[in-house]
Amino acid sequence: MIASFGLILLCQLVGEMFVRAVRLPMPGPVIGLVLLLLLLFARDRFALLARGPLRAEGVAHASRGMLANLSLLFIPAGVGVVQKLDLLAEHGVAIMIILAISVAVTLLATAATFLAVSRLMARGREQS
Amino acid sequence: MSDNPFSLWVYLSQSPLLWLTVTLMVYATVDAVSLATHRHPLANPVLHSIWIVGLFLLLTGTPYSTYFAGAQFVHFLLGPATVALAIPLYENRKMVVVAILPMLVALVVGSIVAIVSIVVLAQLAGLPHAVILSLAPKSVTAGVAMGIAESLGADPSLAAVAVVLTGIIGAIIVTPLMNGTGIADFRARGFAAGLAAHGIGTARAFQVDALAGVFSGIAMGLNALVTSLLVPLAIMLLLR
Repeated sequence: MIASFGLILLCQLVGEMFVRAVRLPMPGPVIGLVLLLLLLFARDRFALLARGPLRAEGVAHASRGMLANLSLLFIPAGVGVVQKLDLLAEHGVAIMIILAISVAVTLLATAATFLAVSRLMARGREQS
Repeated sequence: MSDNPFSLWVYLSQSPLLWLTVTLMVYATVDAVSLATHRHPLANPVLHSIWIVGLFLLLTGTPYSTYFAGAQFVHFLLGPATVALAIPLYENRKMVVVAILPMLVALVVGSIVAIVSIVVLAQLAGLPHAVILSLAPKSVTAGVAMGIAESLGADPSLAAVAVVLTGIIGAIIVTPLMNGTGIADFRARGFAAGLAAHGIGTARAFQVDALAGVFSGIAMGLNALVTSLLVPLAIMLLLR
């Protein structure tokens, strides 16, 4: 458990160091994600690595626990809304409406594009 | 016992312990209610936790910075949770490889729609320039959006609030919207939820379907990358 959490933090740490060193305009944890994924693939290739947190259920168990409660992690930032009450009193209604429209349009455009491309691919496979 | 009943409150209200406890207990209660309603979209755990904790802060006159001193231990886990998305990605790698092309095209289209729609709508609504800059990165996860806002010279804390509001709206409307438009493919539904509503959308997707959660997590990770490249460009082209 502790070793698994340590491995996750280590991946994030390396990710943060990497984006700062290379000045990438992206978050360190995303690089950490890629790194952990590469470690898992490496473990499947080389039995030598399959120990400690990289054992069958090690890091996977710790990750599932965290992802099961992903909602909780947004509460501290969200409570920051108490600092913005005067701005929301002035523009709150407009902000909520445009956020809702933008989110709905984004959801539909993304899902529709995904479906359209996967149907085109399926049709391509049938014909070939 | 102390002579002054207020001295205990003075101690507690300044210690991280109280606010960490409040955050966890409120979430645990609200989450149990959400489970009891079979994860009804309106019983969103983030939404209800925020107003309850926020009300508590207002009633006790506690400044947000004091609250955050305790709650930061939870906030910190956003980073490791992003790394942890590697696990569902690894476990569903075969499904992901098959859908790589639809994902990449949907990523580019969705990212552009997310940014352009909010900037254009905010301009039409006549919002102040500074507010528009903070709203622009609303569809990416909090840490990233705050970084983008900062680099644009906008208010990062307003960006964080916009991000959380976006996530809550997305998590509430995604299920009825997809059911209403007849989109049944959980890969497409999840991918859209993660792209438009980042981690809160992903949390919702995991509640509905494990595969949707995986695709949502991938979309959230990829969109963090694309949006940080696109927002400065969109601001330059759309805002004058």
